[in-house]
Amino acid sequence: MLSIICVMFAGMGIGFLFRKIEWLQKTEKTISYTIFAMLFILGISVGSNPLIIQNIGQFGWQAAILAVSSLFGSILAAWAVYNLFFKKGGKR
Amino acid sequence: MKNSIIVFLFFCVGCLLGFSGEIKLDAHHISLYILYALMLQVGISIGSNKNLKQIVRQIRLKMLVIPLATIIGTLLFSALASLLLSRWSVFECMAVGSGFAYYSLSSILITQFKEPSIGLQLATELGTIALLSNIIREMMALLGSPLIEKYFGKLAPISAAGVNSMDVVLPAITRYSGKEMIPVAILHGILIDFSVPLFVSFFCSL
Repeated sequence: MLSIICVMFAGMGIGFLFRKIEWLQKTEKTISYTIFAMLFILGISVGSNPLIIQNIGQFGWQAAILAVSSLFGSILAAWAVYNLFFKKGGKR
Repeated sequence: MKNSIIVFLFFCVGCLLGFSGEIKLDAHHISLYILYALMLQVGISIGSNKNLKQIVRQIRLKMLVIPLATIIGTLLFSALASLLLSRWSVFECMAVGSGFAYYSLSSILITQFKEPSIGLQLATELGTIALLSNIIREMMALLGSPLIEKYFGKLAPISAAGVNSMDVVLPAITRYSGKEMIPVAILHGILIDFSVPLFVSFFCSL
C-alpha cells in the first residue's frame, strides 16, 4: 500500500526534475495503455477463477446490487457536498 | 468515451482468455507491477505538470469533506441494499461496501474476518461477492466518469471511484472534472485507502 504511494511520489520527483524534457509530458497516452493492460490482467484473473465463473449467476446480481447502490450513494453524497461547499463562493 | 469502450473490451478479452485456460500466469503479481508502472507515470505526469504550483496552492482543509461524503454515502446505501439482499445482514453488506472499489484487499479481508463467525463456505461466498461488487464499482466509475460528472458535478467521479481516484480512474477524473481536481482526487484516494481495512474489519466484527 505505502509502497504504491511512494512510487507515485518518486514519479512526481522525476517528473519535476525532468519537466523540461518534452517526451516526459506525453504520459497521457502511455497511462491509457497501462490501464488497458491492467484491466486485461484483471479480466484474466476473473475469467480463470472457477469460483467466480461457476457462481456468476448466483453471486453476480447480489454483487451488482451492492455495487450500484454503493456507487449511487457516494455520487449523491458528492453531489450534495459539491453544492454545499464548493459551488458558490468557495474556490476562487 | 472511446477510451472507456477500449478498456471494457480489454477486460472482456482478458475474461475470455482466462476462462479458456490458454493463459497461465500469476495475475496478482503482474497486476501489482503494472500498478507500480501506472503510479510512476501518474507521478511523472503530476510532477512535470506546468501548473503544479497552482495545483498545490489549491489544497484546502475542506477537501477532507469529500472522502467523508464518499464513506457516508457508500455505507448508507450499502445498508439500504441489505433490504434487497435477505441472505446477508446489514453489517455484512456494509463490509462489502467498505471495499470502496478496492476489490483485491476487501475480498481477502472479508473472507478471513468472516470465517470464524459464519464458516468457510459463507465467508468465501461473501468474499467473492465483495470481489465482484468492487470490480463492478471500479468498472462503472471508470467507464461512467463522463456521465457521472455531467449529472452530479465535478466531485462525483472522485467519490464514485473510491480508492481508485488516485490511480486507475485518475486520468478519467483529470479529463472530465479538470486538472484542478488532481490534488483532491489523490488525497481522497489515499485517505479512503487507509479506511478500507479499518471499516471492513469493523463491520465484519459486528
